[in-house]
Amino acid sequence: MISILLRRIVSLVVTLLVVSVLIFFVMNLLPGDPAAIMLGTSASPDTLAALRAELGLDQPLPVRYLAWLTGVLHGDLGRSYTYGVPVAGLIADRLAVTIPLALIAVVISVAIAVPLGVQAARKHNGLFDVIAGFFSYISIALPAFWVGLLLIIVFSTMLGLMPAGGFPGWGEGFGEGLKALVMPAIALALPQAGVLTRVARAAVLEVMNEDFVRTARAKGISENTAIWRHAVPNALVPVVTMIGLQFTFLIAGAVLVENVFNLPGLGRLAYQALSQRDIVVMQDVVLFFSALVIVMNFIVDLVYLVIDPRLRAGAR
Amino acid sequence: MKKILRRPLFLTGLLITAVLVIVALVSLVWTPQPPTKMNILHKLQPPLAYGFLGTDQFGRDLASALMVGAWNSLSTSVLAVVLGASIGTAVGVIVAIYRGWFEIVVMRGCDIIFAVPPILSAMMLGAFLGSGRFTAIIAIAVFMVPVFARLTLSAALQIWTRDYVMAAIGIGRSKGTITLVHVLPNISNQIIVQVTIQLGLAILTEAGLSFLGLGMPPPAPTWGRMLADAQTFLGIAPWLAILPGLAIAFAVLGLNMLGDGLRDLLDPRDKS
Repeated sequence: MISILLRRIVSLVVTLLVVSVLIFFVMNLLPGDPAAIMLGTSASPDTLAALRAELGLDQPLPVRYLAWLTGVLHGDLGRSYTYGVPVAGLIADRLAVTIPLALIAVVISVAIAVPLGVQAARKHNGLFDVIAGFFSYISIALPAFWVGLLLIIVFSTMLGLMPAGGFPGWGEGFGEGLKALVMPAIALALPQAGVLTRVARAAVLEVMNEDFVRTARAKGISENTAIWRHAVPNALVPVVTMIGLQFTFLIAGAVLVENVFNLPGLGRLAYQALSQRDIVVMQDVVLFFSALVIVMNFIVDLVYLVIDPRLRAGAR
Repeated sequence: MKKILRRPLFLTGLLITAVLVIVALVSLVWTPQPPTKMNILHKLQPPLAYGFLGTDQFGRDLASALMVGAWNSLSTSVLAVVLGASIGTAVGVIVAIYRGWFEIVVMRGCDIIFAVPPILSAMMLGAFLGSGRFTAIIAIAVFMVPVFARLTLSAALQIWTRDYVMAAIGIGRSKGTITLVHVLPNISNQIIVQVTIQLGLAILTEAGLSFLGLGMPPPAPTWGRMLADAQTFLGIAPWLAILPGLAIAFAVLGLNMLGDGLRDLLDPRDKS
């Protein structure tokens, strides 16, 4: 177990390093002078030179990469050009929105998908199964940001029940913050729920035919207990994996949904950095998001090892 | 033919996709109004009040814009997926020939590319290349490469263990010839199915990029930017936000159904 864990950690570190190299070199080797891009066409040569020196652009590329990496490892992500503050602080502030948003979205999608998938598997080929299949087809095809717009039309402009956007901050009270995140989270969760419903249904169907479920039934326990105590826990492995694999799409969705609802999250920060051509922030945010995806996959791998003992033996 | 008619999933998908393709192609030669023609006197008209689907904030005909949007969205997505699928498939079959450390490096590389969501890589590229169709195509294609590389590799490796490949090796055929004559034709069905499924994803991504202003620049109508523009008028002209989104969902739904239907039809293993 320890050796598997060590190997996974080494591979995690190598992947993270390669990603950092890739992002850095893409951002710095593409045509265009970052300083000129950040300042626009009207900048004077003096200002340009000053910014180039501040960004360290007068140094060779590998030196700049090492300086950036060392900074990142020490929690110093550089200074944002447009905000004039350290990027680390910016990201930390924005995480207070994006992390709860993503978590609520995952919870909602699981809360929809698992009961739906389980019920569809129980009524295999029945009416409910068809309806659940229809639901997942439709919801997978929905762009999350469009669902967001529809929710705003119905619940904000027509019914006036929910805020159409913006975030009051957690300082205004937990309830107010939560209220601002509910609709964005539903928008993010719906397409995910479609994918998860399919996975849950297929997994439960497979497990229901296993010997241990048959044995449980033969012992005379109720159908409900057989399903929820024996079949579902074993069917959760693929569901957890799918949540991990879908994480990239959750993040991509968050970038868009945060813009629809005007939420000051990480996705909105990335978008603002793009429109303000703040390359330092862009570089750090993309690295952060990518690292998040990689670490997420790593955690899914570990969860796998914990919940499925067979893999521990097989992973040598 | 009988086999096809018994597959409602495939037929529905085919029908939706056909409608989409026909609308996109028709838009090249005819639209009810020129899609960019402004008519400020008739701005923000609801569907059927002025024009079939109403007008936007400049009085432009929404139906015409949606039609041209279908072409813009579909052509960008097809180019991106074909580019990504070609590179990915080439990488996959070549890795299947050489394997060894080459396989480890390429597959790790795929993991790494997968870690950067296409929206973000488009933002990085957009900062330098400027926004536009080219940026969108490259960003989506980059994300498609690992999808097809993985699929092709695992499918090709299975073919390499078959008896007829052994026989081809036995009579001295080169690895390149075997790949072209035996491997590629035998995995083409799986690639076609995957192309269809990934097209749906590409349309979603393209819409997202256009929504953020990273797609084709105005005045070219794109579904994503129409949604972005509609945000200002949610209260007074909700149809501007509803119809382009319906178009996206319709297109993705059709392609996903077609892809799943094709898989049932072409992949004999999935006959459960």
